[in-house]
Amino acid sequence: MEAMLEVRDLDKNYGATEILKDVNVSAEPGGFLVLVGPSGCGKSTLLNCIAGLESISSGSIHIDGRDMTHVSPKDRNIAMVFQSYALYPTMSVAGNITFGMKVRGVDAATRASKLQDVARQLQIEQLLDRRPSQLSGGQRQRVAMGRALVRDPQLFLFDEPLSNLDAKLRVEMRLEIKKLHHDLGATMVYVTHDQIEAMTLATKIVVLKDGVVQQTGSPAEIYRRPANLFVADFMGSPAMNLIPARASREGSGTRIQIERADGAPVELIDTGNGDLPEDVILGLRPEDIAEAGFRSGHHVHEVKCLIDMVEPAGADTFVVSRLGGKQVTARLHSDTMARPGSTLDLVFDLDRVSYFAPDTGERLN
Amino acid sequence: MAEPTSISFLPSRAGDVALRWLLFAVLALFALFYLMPLFVMITTSLKSLDEIRTGSLIALPERVTFEAWSTAWSSACSGIQCEGLRPYFWNSVALTVPAVALSTLLGAVNGYVIAQWRFRGANLIFSLMLFGCFIPFQVVLLPMARTLGFMGVAGTIPGLVLVHVIYGIGFTTLFFRNYYVTIPVELVKAAKVDGAGFFRIFWSIFMPLSLPILMVTVIWQFTQIWNDFLFGVSFSQAGTQPVTVALNNIVNSTTGVKEYNVNMAAAIIAAFPTLFVYAVAGKYFIRGLTAGSVKG
Repeated sequence: MEAMLEVRDLDKNYGATEILKDVNVSAEPGGFLVLVGPSGCGKSTLLNCIAGLESISSGSIHIDGRDMTHVSPKDRNIAMVFQSYALYPTMSVAGNITFGMKVRGVDAATRASKLQDVARQLQIEQLLDRRPSQLSGGQRQRVAMGRALVRDPQLFLFDEPLSNLDAKLRVEMRLEIKKLHHDLGATMVYVTHDQIEAMTLATKIVVLKDGVVQQTGSPAEIYRRPANLFVADFMGSPAMNLIPARASREGSGTRIQIERADGAPVELIDTGNGDLPEDVILGLRPEDIAEAGFRSGHHVHEVKCLIDMVEPAGADTFVVSRLGGKQVTARLHSDTMARPGSTLDLVFDLDRVSYFAPDTGERLN
Repeated sequence: MAEPTSISFLPSRAGDVALRWLLFAVLALFALFYLMPLFVMITTSLKSLDEIRTGSLIALPERVTFEAWSTAWSSACSGIQCEGLRPYFWNSVALTVPAVALSTLLGAVNGYVIAQWRFRGANLIFSLMLFGCFIPFQVVLLPMARTLGFMGVAGTIPGLVLVHVIYGIGFTTLFFRNYYVTIPVELVKAAKVDGAGFFRIFWSIFMPLSLPILMVTVIWQFTQIWNDFLFGVSFSQAGTQPVTVALNNIVNSTTGVKEYNVNMAAAIIAAFPTLFVYAVAGKYFIRGLTAGSVKG
C-alpha cells in the first residue's frame, strides 16, 4: 500500500544548528502516526515541516504520492490542530470553523451545511455563536478540531493538542480523538511528549531525540523491543529498569551477574540469548518482575531482594529494590505482602529481557 | 450602615473619612492649579479689550462677547493677510488626517511583519526603527528640505504629510509590534493552513484585534502631527502653513495694542481638535496602554 505521508531524508537547519537530521518517516493511509520525544527533540518542527509552515533544508515530503516539498500549506490538503488551539479571537465559533472555506471561496450554502455537520459530530451546535474567550478549554479544543474536520483533508496534523487540558479532560479527549480516527478512517500525524498518549493512540510510533529518529515501530514493538537505552527509558511509566550487569558464556546461553551492595551478586542464566559482550545493561519492564509464584515460564528466575520502598498505586503496588547500583521497580499485585526493610522473593522474566551496550546504548539482542 | 469587617483594621471610621476627604481636597487643589491657565484663557477670550485692560486677570467676564472668537477664526491678521485661523485650520486638517491614517496603517503592517512574520534581520530593522524615534527632528531639517525639493513637493501639504508619515513610522511600528508580539504565532500558522494569505490574515484576523492599540496610535499620532510646529514652519510656505504656525504668526504680528482676547481664542481653537480626540477616544487610550495579550 502506498504511504499517505512519506518524509524522505529530511534535514532542517537554522544556520549552523541542525534541528532535524536525516529523518525518514511514513504513514500508511488510515494510520495514526505519533511523533514522540522530549521537549526540544524537533518533533513539532517536523510537524511544521510536514504542514509546510517551515521550510526544509534538504530531503522531500510526499503526501498521497505527490511531492509537496515546496508547496504552500494551503495546497497540501492538510488540516492542523494546535497546542494553543489558535482560534481566531474576534470570530465566533461558526466564523472560526468556516473561515477556511470562506477564504477558498466556498459558497454560503455549502459552508452552512458543512458547519452543521461538523458541529453535530463534535456536539458543539449550541456554541456556534460564542466567541473563543467564552469557551472552556475542552470546548476550545473541540472547535479547533471542528476547524480541521470541516476541511476533510487527506492528512490531519495534531501538535500536542491535549497538553493544555487538565488530566481528566485529557483522557476524555484522547479517547475522543481515537474514536474520531476510527470513524473517519483518516490519516493522522500526532505530536506529543506524553508517552502514554503515544502508546494509546498510535498505530505507529516514531521516537525522536535531538532531531534524530531513534526508533520507528508499532506501540508494542517500541515497548517490548526498544532500539536503544533512550527509547527504553523514555517509553513506559514507570520507566524500564536498566541494570548494569556482567555477562559470560554459559553453554549456548549466558550467565548474567548483577552486583549488589548488601550481599552476594545476583546470578541469572539466560538460555535464550548468547553472544553478549562482557558489560551489558539489562532492561526489564517493572511488570516483568513479579512476586514469586505469580509468574511461570521457561525463563523465570527467582531472586531474593531487599525491599526499600513500597508504593501502592491502587490497581498495582510498586516495590523498589536496589540492584547493580540502580533502583529497580517491580509492578506487583495490590495485595502484596511486601514491606519496606524486609526481603521478598521476586521473579525476573527473562523472556522479556532487553540488553543494551553501555557505551553506545544500542540494543544487543 | 454596618461596618464591613474587611476594613476593620483601619484606626476608625471617622479617621478613615477624614483621610479620604483630605485626599480629595489635595487632588482638587492640583486639578484647580492645572486648570487655571485654561480658565484664564477662556475667560479672557470672552472679554472685550477694554475689560481686559481695566479688570483683573482671573475675574469672570462682566459682559460675554464672542467677538474675539470670530476675529480669531476669520479675520485676525498674520503679517499682511487678515483671514484669521480658518484657512490654516483646514490646512492642518488636510495634513493631519492623511498623515495619521497613513502612518498608523504602515505602522500596523510593519508591526505585523516584525512580530509575526519573523525573518532574518527583523530584530535589527526593529532596532533601527526604534532608533528613529529618538532622532532629534532638528537634525533632519536640512536633508529633508533637500529631499522634498528633489521630489518637487517642497512647501506643499503632501510634502508635509510625507515628512510626518516618515517620522511617525518609528513610533507607530513600535506600538503595533509590541501589541502583536503578545499574540501567539500559531494564529498565523492556523490561518495559513486555512489558506489565507499575508494581507487576508492581516485584515481578517489582526485588524479586528487591534482596536485598543489603533486608538492609542491614532491619538498619539494626531496629537504629534496637529501640534507640530517645527516641520510646519520649516517645510511650508504662504498658504500651506498649519494652524500652529498661523497661531504663532497671529500672536507675534499684532501691531500696537496686543489683542489678548483674540490670541486666547485662537490658541483654544488651535488646541481644540486634540482635546476633542482625547475626549472621544480617551478611554480606549487608557485601555490600549494596559491591554495587550489576547487569550486564545
